[in-house]
Amino acid sequence: MAAQAAHLSDDKRKPLTSSSLARKPRPFETFIQTLLFLCGVVSIFTTVGIVLTLGTEAFNFFGKPGILASERQLVTAISADSPLIELTDGGFTFGVGQILEIDGEFLLITTVTDRNHLVVERGYNGSPVLAHDAKKEVHKSKQVTLTEFFTNPTWQPQIAQFGILPLLNATLLISFIAMLIAIPVGLGTAIYLSEYASPRVRQILKPTLELLAGVPTVVFGYFALTFVTPILRGIFGENVVGVYNMASAGIVIGILIVPTITTISEDALRAVPRSLREASYGLGATRFETTTKVLVPAALSGILASVLLGVSRAVGETMVVALAAGAGPNLTLNPFEAAETITGHIARISTGDLSFGSMDYNSLFALGLTLFIITLFMNLASTAITRRFREAYQ
Amino acid sequence: MTDSPLPKVDPFKQHLQRRQRVGRVWGRVFYLCNFVAILTLIALFFNIINNAFGYVATSYQRAPSTLSDTPLETLDKAGLAAILQKEAPKKLRVLIRDTLSRVSKEEFSKLPLSAVLNGSVLTPDVANLKVSEISDDQAVKILIDNMDQVGLYNAVMSQIVEPTILQSWPLFESLTQRDTIAAQIKENYPDAEMVFRSWVNSTFLQNTVSSYAISAGLRTALIGTLLVITITSLFAFPLGIGSALYLEEYASDNWLNRLIETNIRNLAGVPSIIYGMLGLTVFVRLLAPITSGAIFGVTDTDGRTILSAGLTLGLVILPVIIISAQEAIRAVPPSIREASYGLGATKLQTIVRTVLPTAMPGILTGIILSLSRAIGETAPLIVVGASTFITIDPNGPFSKFTVVPIQIFQWTSKPQQEFRNTAAAAIVVLMVVLVILNSFAIMLRNRYTRRLGS
Repeated sequence: MAAQAAHLSDDKRKPLTSSSLARKPRPFETFIQTLLFLCGVVSIFTTVGIVLTLGTEAFNFFGKPGILASERQLVTAISADSPLIELTDGGFTFGVGQILEIDGEFLLITTVTDRNHLVVERGYNGSPVLAHDAKKEVHKSKQVTLTEFFTNPTWQPQIAQFGILPLLNATLLISFIAMLIAIPVGLGTAIYLSEYASPRVRQILKPTLELLAGVPTVVFGYFALTFVTPILRGIFGENVVGVYNMASAGIVIGILIVPTITTISEDALRAVPRSLREASYGLGATRFETTTKVLVPAALSGILASVLLGVSRAVGETMVVALAAGAGPNLTLNPFEAAETITGHIARISTGDLSFGSMDYNSLFALGLTLFIITLFMNLASTAITRRFREAYQ
Repeated sequence: MTDSPLPKVDPFKQHLQRRQRVGRVWGRVFYLCNFVAILTLIALFFNIINNAFGYVATSYQRAPSTLSDTPLETLDKAGLAAILQKEAPKKLRVLIRDTLSRVSKEEFSKLPLSAVLNGSVLTPDVANLKVSEISDDQAVKILIDNMDQVGLYNAVMSQIVEPTILQSWPLFESLTQRDTIAAQIKENYPDAEMVFRSWVNSTFLQNTVSSYAISAGLRTALIGTLLVITITSLFAFPLGIGSALYLEEYASDNWLNRLIETNIRNLAGVPSIIYGMLGLTVFVRLLAPITSGAIFGVTDTDGRTILSAGLTLGLVILPVIIISAQEAIRAVPPSIREASYGLGATKLQTIVRTVLPTAMPGILTGIILSLSRAIGETAPLIVVGASTFITIDPNGPFSKFTVVPIQIFQWTSKPQQEFRNTAAAAIVVLMVVLVILNSFAIMLRNRYTRRLGS
């Protein structure tokens, strides 16, 4: 190399050799490229962050017993080896097999003598065995299993009932109502825009949809509560429809996701090649027959993708349900009753003073993880389907 | 068919007519579907305007018309202060204490004014006096020197006029059933005055939150939104455009880049409340020393600050920015790049001098749209922990925060009808901002399409 360089500098004509044409090192360009790469990686960190955050706190929720107030105290001090404890009255009633917590020590109840006297196994689960003074707070310890989480029909953190069913039920019911509105309206609009509308009409209608998509969800929540709910109560009667109800939230969420369904479905319909349309018209089909028997089947995967995305948005929608669907979990199939969804519950509990690491706090992350998994699954399915329909006609 | 006594109709023609009829009916159904979106928008705007204006039944401790011949809000500082001095001379010192001093009640009455009113404008003759020793005229002078017109107006309203709203009516009823409302007010509230009130007004924009709908304002929330959005923009825009440039210009087709790409698409579909939980754990708790400003010497907050909120919103809109910027960059014709390379430009020079300027209008459109999404986003900020009742203006990234959508949420959640009116007024303000931003984006896009089209 050195010899060659010397040769080059001697030669005035500088002939083009492979070395003089080789890519020069450009440290600044490499630096910028690395910087841009790091920007791209941030999104991966975000996902990792979401999974880790939700996962860790949810693991804390399921993996180890949480501690809840029982509103009961020790009456007399106990030494480190005493299996008998006496409690003040009130609060929780304990039963055999339950676990207590006093100052970091776990105690397994083996016999219940009466309401205030218990026989316990000290130092349960390897916790340190300690002497405790009188008037020490006795906590109830509770471990939530996955089975309990998914089968218990009550969600009431105050009394240690952590069953996701009522929240999930409200989420799915509201999403179902939303889809009852969004699928026909969204699909009808998409078909009209792609097959029937003249370019002029399209120019008016498209921005309307965009405007609808740009309205903040909290405004839709206000709309549901102050406009749709009174109308529903007017139609069905004030004693049938509650001030807060799932129907109103569902209807408004349905309208809210119409732009999502319309935009993607319209793209899918437009992606169907002209030749298919022309072939259908050539066989004498009407416009409606062409649409329903040729175009919609051809664009079905795209339409399905848009519906999945719509469901995913409906499930994750927070503000409308927080304002219009009411507070307090309620396991019911009556859409005119108030019931809290997963997102609504997370939002309501978060507004209060929540102590980090408490069971309530961890339970929110278990809910969040469930929500994340549901929406992730639908988004992935939607992307996979979209990819398929993109490849179909290329 | 052949046995039918009716005149024979060509079955093909009959069938055709039926098919065409079905087609026409369904065509109309598809057409009507469009009206759901349009009607909803109309109903939405009607509902908001309907609640943001209308008659109210107001009662006053002291009617404003008895205090001054001109409307109070048009009076200057001296005029307002004169009213205060004349009507409530005993409240002047309380007002000085509550609005100007930062020390406790006991200290305030014991120390000279120069000590308790640190930072206020004081004339030398009162500086060494205690608050009990100054004359009414001197007290008024202190108030005029240190408060603005809005502050004095609010003082007159809260100390002397003391208005209370007894009931409010929506705009539609106010316009159509004026007489009924007047009769109702006369019957139910004989002392009340019927006033047409625009809930969106200058005091609404200038006041802070309040327990009374009549004096509740949006100022802290507006400043909060502005600060949060600034942080969001500083964080998300460079990062988003950087990612898009990497993915479109540099990334080769390998597993890592495909993973990044898929990942971004999925992040765009994650419910925003999940981002709130991420922000709560990472920004509010894990990075608390930074986000609370503890390492910069700020001590009065925890991690629930404007900085945390801004960063969380940044993560929410990041995928939106990346995807729209990618589309804009992809739309740059390859010929432009090739021309640049042909002239001997390096990759970076090509990107900075040809690709970016050509894609800029498209990128800007995406940025503005994502910005308007960030402005309206509520759920993640609820989880991150917006303060519900702050009366002091946020003054930097380490302040507690509230934003306009959060205020709307708070006011809507309250049971009193008056707060629904305040919420509607806040929505009007929010929507005006969003419509301006969006029309700007649409304008940009139209210009952009025309340029590439020609």
